[in-house]
Amino acid sequence: MQFKAAILASTCLVLTSCGQPASDTPQSETTASAEDRLMEQLIDAQPGDVIEIPEGTLNFTRGLSLTADGVTIRGQGMDKTVLNFADQISGAEGLLVTASDFTIEDLAIVDAKGDGLKVNEGENITIRRVRAEWTGEPKTENGAYGIYPVQTTNVLIEDTVTIGASDAGLYVGQSKDVIVRRNRAEYNVAGIEIENTVNADVYENVATNNTGGILVFNMPQLQQEGKATRVFNNRVFANNTDNFGHPGTPVASVPAGTGVIVNSNDLVEIFDNEISDNNTGNIIVSSLHTTGYSEEQASASFDPYPEGIFIYNNTFSGGGAAPDTPELKMALQLLFGDEGRLPDVIWDGYYDEAKMVDGVMPDALKICIDNGDIGVLNANGPSGFMQPSTDMAPFACTLEKLAPVDLGRS
Amino acid sequence: MLSACSSGKDLTNDAPRFFAEENPVHLSEWGLMDVSGGALELSDGVVAYDLNSALFTDYALKLRTIWVPEEAGPALYRDNDYPDFPVGTVISKTFYYPRGTGENDVLKVTDTHGETNPILQQLDRVRLMETRLLVRRDVGWDAVSYVWNDDQSDARLTKIGDAQRLTLMSEDHGGEAFAYIVPDINQCAGCHAPNNTTREIVPLGMRPRHINKPYRHDENAVNQIEHLQLIGDLQGLDDAAPVQANVDWTDGQQPLNARARSYLDINCSHCHNPVGPADTSGLDLSMDALSGPELGVCKLPIAAGAGTGGRAFSIVPGDPDASILLHRVETTNPGAMMPELGRALQHREGAQLLRDWIAEMEGTCST
Repeated sequence: MQFKAAILASTCLVLTSCGQPASDTPQSETTASAEDRLMEQLIDAQPGDVIEIPEGTLNFTRGLSLTADGVTIRGQGMDKTVLNFADQISGAEGLLVTASDFTIEDLAIVDAKGDGLKVNEGENITIRRVRAEWTGEPKTENGAYGIYPVQTTNVLIEDTVTIGASDAGLYVGQSKDVIVRRNRAEYNVAGIEIENTVNADVYENVATNNTGGILVFNMPQLQQEGKATRVFNNRVFANNTDNFGHPGTPVASVPAGTGVIVNSNDLVEIFDNEISDNNTGNIIVSSLHTTGYSEEQASASFDPYPEGIFIYNNTFSGGGAAPDTPELKMALQLLFGDEGRLPDVIWDGYYDEAKMVDGVMPDALKICIDNGDIGVLNANGPSGFMQPSTDMAPFACTLEKLAPVDLGRS
Repeated sequence: MLSACSSGKDLTNDAPRFFAEENPVHLSEWGLMDVSGGALELSDGVVAYDLNSALFTDYALKLRTIWVPEEAGPALYRDNDYPDFPVGTVISKTFYYPRGTGENDVLKVTDTHGETNPILQQLDRVRLMETRLLVRRDVGWDAVSYVWNDDQSDARLTKIGDAQRLTLMSEDHGGEAFAYIVPDINQCAGCHAPNNTTREIVPLGMRPRHINKPYRHDENAVNQIEHLQLIGDLQGLDDAAPVQANVDWTDGQQPLNARARSYLDINCSHCHNPVGPADTSGLDLSMDALSGPELGVCKLPIAAGAGTGGRAFSIVPGDPDASILLHRVETTNPGAMMPELGRALQHREGAQLLRDWIAEMEGTCST
């Protein structure tokens, strides 16, 4: 008690005897730059705050961060309010958010040295009409992810634009209950990537001029394996940009000219999309076995096989005529000749023998295709890609459809 | 108290005090230290300490202190965690360099171990950068940051941090220009919230394994944990209980693995632990991590971007130049380097330690 009284006394004395409060704000409002003012607002932010950023370009040399829950950051439009990080010397992101109930809208994050916007762990995340871009030609020196929520729950990402990421433009990692809609991803290595995520709806997006358009991946050694992603009503065309990813990253293994790729993920539905002119293949279904994964990295529980994949009612045209891997080039030569094109669905051919019942894969674990007269290529990876086949019979099945993602928002 | 209202220049060696809510504008108002006589003197009750292995911050030297108010009673010892300090406790860390000849030149020197650096007795030879406080308040720990003014009479509260252009002069590499970064207050949580779910701000260096070592306060060196108990700042440690201790990573007499793991623990594990901000990567660099994929051995990168440096695995046994981990500690690209905060320069000696450690590992990674 005595101690507490002493504390109180000392605080009061400082407050009263100086004739001014012991303020937290050394910089006066009038002299602070717009950049400093935003940094202060992010630090002072309280739940319920709306931080309005005026029109104009703000130049930062250090990364920004927000730690308070319940904050909205709002610009005046993705072409009007620009947070520019071209001269960044510290920080691994443009803006790092470690908070829940977060909304960001109507601004651009440009030329960050690492990721553009990263949200690391949180619930109720909304990212709307944000542009994350690396200017100039697509290049390896660009930052990794444009928009990057990871370990988040209840996530809505809509009407964003991502350009030039050396990994993924829009990347949702290790998250749960996610809607990604009406976004545009261009000139990234991966346009839109859903990784180790449970329950994601990806629809009405445009992915073009990336190396790969839309990716649904699972990686080992993480706390959550992904499943249940629906990819529908998207336009995924001409994703033929050379892979400029950093060697060693998972996306560096994505062949240039890939439309939609499912890698080691389960329960993925691909339907009602327009997928065209992707030079390697319009849809690829593969295992981590073809992307640099070996038994040594296997955690006992990790399942590298894509299972329960359902492809139906998509519209395809063009593509598959200039594959970016030696194995697929060989398959093209062997089966279709120089002037031919690979079928619209390509499977690397890896499957889990342990799950076979009497020599047959149970329906629920199959790759099912119910998409008119399109063809399939089984590249037959287990044979060393030596005996590719186009037999449709193993894919003639349907799967129970997944429920739509419900974020419970009005 | 009147003196607290001036710029702080007149402050003499008075007692430390605790501010329960507001942060005073000047560091001097906390009364932790006095610099008026050209030497840095700690106030009575303010105890200097150091760590077995310390975080690298661009070769800055560091003076760490702790003050537990006498009335608040001793902190309670906890195994493998920082002591449960009472409300009112103030931990400080002052960052400084020996001055070089040029105005913004600072010198690369080895910090003292187990005693307060005597150079702090000659402040005209020292460039004081910043003093960061962790203050134990009712609701928890607050991070507060002060930047020293040009005449080094006092340090001023900052929220948004700072970047100061310096040149590090060293015998081995001449002058290296860099920007010394004072983090903004939100960034304090980048290290001091090692649990990314609770996001509670906590002291990092005060864990037993870091402070279990001798320190010389007067004539004799005494174990720091014993000293804190002796002066009544700490209680509850059973004398017979074994207390873990990290090794001094600079001590070539210690086993290489222990040195490397101690270095990784203090430099990386505040994020790279099973509940930390970097649990997204699946890489655990805490002392508890088992040697295997969780420690990075033959582990694929997840979201490393430029951080891979074109390499396939975090650690390739026997091959440091094929190991992502080494690229990340050697690069100075902000988008790729580790740690993400607090480093602009390469820590050559630390990188060399990790290089030696990986080179000595046995095994291979197959693709």
